[in-house]
Amino acid sequence: MSQNAKTANGLVKGLLNSSRAFVLGTALLAGSMTMLSTTHAQAEKILRVGNDGEPQSMDPHFISTVQTSRLSDDMFLGLLTYGPDGEPVPGAAESWTVSDDGMTYSFKIRDHNWSDGVPVTAGDFVAGWNRLLDPATGAEYASLLYIIEGAEAVNSGKEGAKLAATALDDKTLQVKLTAPAPYFLAQLTHQTAFPIPQHAIAKFGKDWVKPENIVVNGPYKLTEWLPNVHSKLEKNPEFYDAANVPIDEVIYYTYEDRTAMQNRFRAGELDVARDIASEQISWLRDNLADSLRIAPYAGIYYYAIRTDKDMFKDVRVRKALSMAINREAITDSVLKTGELPAYSFVPPGTGNYGEPAYISWKGLSYNEKLEEAKKLLAEAGYGPDNPLKFTLRYNTSENHKRIAIAAQNMWKQIGVQAELFNTEGKIHYADLKVGNFEVARAGWIADYNDAQNFLFLGEDRTGPLNYAAFDNPRYNELMLEAEKEGDLKKRAGLMKQAEAIMMEAQPYIPIYYYVSKQLVSPKIEGWIDNAPDRHLTRWLDIKE
Amino acid sequence: MLSYAIRRLMIAIPTLFVVITVAFFMMRIAPGGPFDQERALPPEIEKNIKAAYDLDKPLLEQYTIYIGKILRGDFGPSIKIRDFSVAELIMAGAPASMQLGLSAIFLALIFGVGFGTYAALRQNSVVDFAVMGVAMVGIAIPNFVMAPLLSLVFGLYLSILPTAGWGDGEIQYKILPIIALALPQVAYIARLTRGSMVEVLHSNYIRTARAKGLREKLVVNRHAIRGALLPVVSYLGPATAAVMTGSVVIETIFGVPGIGTYFVKAALNRDYPLVMGVVIVYAVMIILLNFLVDMVYGLLDPKLKSRS
Repeated sequence: MSQNAKTANGLVKGLLNSSRAFVLGTALLAGSMTMLSTTHAQAEKILRVGNDGEPQSMDPHFISTVQTSRLSDDMFLGLLTYGPDGEPVPGAAESWTVSDDGMTYSFKIRDHNWSDGVPVTAGDFVAGWNRLLDPATGAEYASLLYIIEGAEAVNSGKEGAKLAATALDDKTLQVKLTAPAPYFLAQLTHQTAFPIPQHAIAKFGKDWVKPENIVVNGPYKLTEWLPNVHSKLEKNPEFYDAANVPIDEVIYYTYEDRTAMQNRFRAGELDVARDIASEQISWLRDNLADSLRIAPYAGIYYYAIRTDKDMFKDVRVRKALSMAINREAITDSVLKTGELPAYSFVPPGTGNYGEPAYISWKGLSYNEKLEEAKKLLAEAGYGPDNPLKFTLRYNTSENHKRIAIAAQNMWKQIGVQAELFNTEGKIHYADLKVGNFEVARAGWIADYNDAQNFLFLGEDRTGPLNYAAFDNPRYNELMLEAEKEGDLKKRAGLMKQAEAIMMEAQPYIPIYYYVSKQLVSPKIEGWIDNAPDRHLTRWLDIKE
Repeated sequence: MLSYAIRRLMIAIPTLFVVITVAFFMMRIAPGGPFDQERALPPEIEKNIKAAYDLDKPLLEQYTIYIGKILRGDFGPSIKIRDFSVAELIMAGAPASMQLGLSAIFLALIFGVGFGTYAALRQNSVVDFAVMGVAMVGIAIPNFVMAPLLSLVFGLYLSILPTAGWGDGEIQYKILPIIALALPQVAYIARLTRGSMVEVLHSNYIRTARAKGLREKLVVNRHAIRGALLPVVSYLGPATAAVMTGSVVIETIFGVPGIGTYFVKAALNRDYPLVMGVVIVYAVMIILLNFLVDMVYGLLDPKLKSRS
């Protein structure tokens, strides 16, 4: 061996020795850490949830994502709350009465305390709602309370505006609505309606939500938040029903990468993964069938057609485009994740609504639809010599892309040339808002379980969220009438008439109804699939 | 040397200012704003929120307000993670990024120089070709391929390390991201060291040292390494930049709570203050590390030392 080689050998040996020591040290440390965490787990029940997004805030007024509301639902108790099956059940209110005209609600507040022992009062709700509506707060979701008299005026900063919510005494809250809204009770489960601990906010200002200061009235309390890592919530011993809350601690791990979250679930590092990578659905069905949960979810995936563009002013063109979409092929062959083909804008099973108003030609075979679509296009003046051309926009996502390609090919069969245009989410929605598109992908998940929360997207007064710029006077009229109607059946009838108009006019092409997709370990008890996809930790348990 | 150092530092200030200005306007020119989302905000609410972040003011005014705040050391609040200020988020994320970055550079230096020297000393042997071949593969495989592979093999199939995550910052969570981040740099430094070492070993002063009868070990350790390391040192600046930008990918894949993760998410969310904060931190770190590299280079290279 040459001198050079000997020197090199020595160098490498040294490196190897130090790396061996490093690996050994690491292994020992990892071993002791595992032992420590095992001992800890035996003492307490800890639920580890993979959350598909970083929480925005622990302050209920600054929350607008589902991923964040999972935490706030565990920490705060609204007048009503989600039961194990996702249905509203009494929360901070133990009972309530409604006036005959359906517009005044009186709630009796349950005897319960904030986590620092201070009693929760009716005033905490009034204070919370006023804070949410204060323009200076800048709460993204403030409009959800507009059904309360005076809310919109307060939020718009109108002088002298006053919210019609009054604390008659510490335990009685009275609320007046602008219209009889049967969905109002369901809406009170939403974070916008949560109470706030006025005393803690007065003391700590915006830092009241920091783990060391936070005061809650729900079953769990924040103890740690490491951004982009995890948020830990521990059981709140002051919670009124603490004795019936089995899980001691819940850790929400942030995982926007679905595959990484899935891997952690497979490795046993997570008990729940709140979303899955759709492209791996077949593998999951074969290998993790006992953990895979796919359930209907209150949401609609649709294509909006900009009705004020010349080529789309003709209803025959919009109808032809909708007819040529083979929804069954999209759900069964493109997505394969249990989504249902959509022929209405309101998903079936929506509260107080019954069966939605389906598209009249739903029952035709796909070939018949194609033939009819070709005929309609020809009548509208489009054909081989003068093909209809437009751009279909979608935001970045593998599924959006696959569906857009499928739609493009389906339209090709009726001689339509659609060019695909993909942009990142922010750009997509900025353009949708100002109407800078021809046909575009969009979706809507209900804020509360009511048909109005879907159908308002077609109302003229909705403004930028009415992406299609659909303007049908009769539709607007029916929706206004429905808003004033206290009788649930009549109200549903009015909205159904409106939906039928929308389905005939096709400003929106409904494509599929959403489903929720997640992995839940078989050792978790109490998980009931439900349309709002709400699974409060307080209702769950871990089998030993 | 001191005047050289001061001169270099003085250039850093306008550089940083240019970076801030360009980043500020580029962010604002990008279409889509922080409140453009699937669930569009009602106009009156959007107005309220924009006012809360000074986004309702003309762009130039926003810029002067921002520069004023930066000079006072105020990075502002994050738009999307509202409970934290940008400074708090950076303080929370910087330790993880620093640990990853510095460990990766350290590993890259130790193993890169080690393997490079080893190959150079056995030039044109099977070992030399093997080491350089592996290094070539290391350079060719991008981070975003290597990282999931490591996670699958060591995390899922062998189950000896966590697939991803940060735990409470325990060492087992750091191993895979550090390796993934270090590997391309190990490979690059190994190739660099080998080339430069081969050149040095054939130079006149080494021949002279050997002719004087100096032991080979001393020739290599005392004379050759120092000269051979010069290109490696000058590569440390770009290497640091590469590790930092690479960490954006690695942090996202392994779920490491570093500032790289913020950068990606904040850019996609148009969280302007957070993006700016991270850009400034990256710029300061790169400028500072380049400065340090220049200083070390000056110390190592006698020609530069005597000139300055």
